Amino acid sequence: MLLGPSLAVSAILFTIGVAGVLLRRNAIVIFMCVELMLNAVNLTFVALSQAYGSSGQVFVFFVMTVAAAEAAVGLAIILSIYRHHKSVDLQQINLLRG
Amino acid sequence: MVEAVFWFFAAVAIVSALLVVTMRNPIASAFWLVCTMLCLAGIFFLLQAQFIGAIQILVYAGAVMVLFLFVIMLLNLGRDDAALKRTPTWFAAVLLAGVLASQLVPALIRYSSERLAFEYTRSAVLADPRMVFDSTLSAAQATLERGVPGDIAKPLFEHYLVPFELTSILLLAAIVGAVVLAKRRI
Repeated sequence: MLLGPSLAVSAILFTIGVAGVLLRRNAIVIFMCVELMLNAVNLTFVALSQAYGSSGQVFVFFVMTVAAAEAAVGLAIILSIYRHHKSVDLQQINLLRG
Repeated sequence: MVEAVFWFFAAVAIVSALLVVTMRNPIASAFWLVCTMLCLAGIFFLLQAQFIGAIQILVYAGAVMVLFLFVIMLLNLGRDDAALKRTPTWFAAVLLAGVLASQLVPALIRYSSERLAFEYTRSAVLADPRMVFDSTLSAAQATLERGVPGDIAKPLFEHYLVPFELTSILLLAAIVGAVVLAKRRI
């Protein structure tokens, strides 16, 4: 059974995603790290669904839907921020008003 | 054999995830993220989740990453970022990630379905997971009867029907939100 190793791999990937969100300043790269974290959680769901039954895979389905919606809205926000500031460096974007 | 393939995919996934974080060029980061997602799809296939693996390739490695690359190239962000400075924040982030990994990985790597069954039943003796989760026994039978997508479709359209309908509202809201945010003048 690959349950334990799968959970460990997903923990490592999640940690790398957390480190990326904390370290990087480019908004798009931070966004990609969030996607990486969501993928790690998907791996947990799939690994546990092997023992628990296929309803875990239904949750992966929902996570993917949320990730797709989040990517669409988030990239639209980045697009409009770029129009305002001509940059996606989060260090320079610290005001809510434009 | 299966374990060797699993560890190969796991190693490539972890290395390319590290490269996602450390690459200075956003386009390189995006391509390494595609590599991570393809390796995860391989792991999903090994874990008997063939449908999820196929969806992972189609939706994540296909659609979502194309969206990312599209925005990077539309905004012409393909230049290298400034190098990561080793500020106190840098050390704090690496320390936090290291602590998180060193706590999670030893605890999880020995986790087994027997342990899951034990925690689920709270009985004094280790239970046989096949007896606790009767779905494990019937899963092979269900896959034979309904096929791999049918195995997921049954809980999705019976037990989780209301959440499934709610995701359609979420997607509609996301479409409207994306158009409103990205359009210059409505």
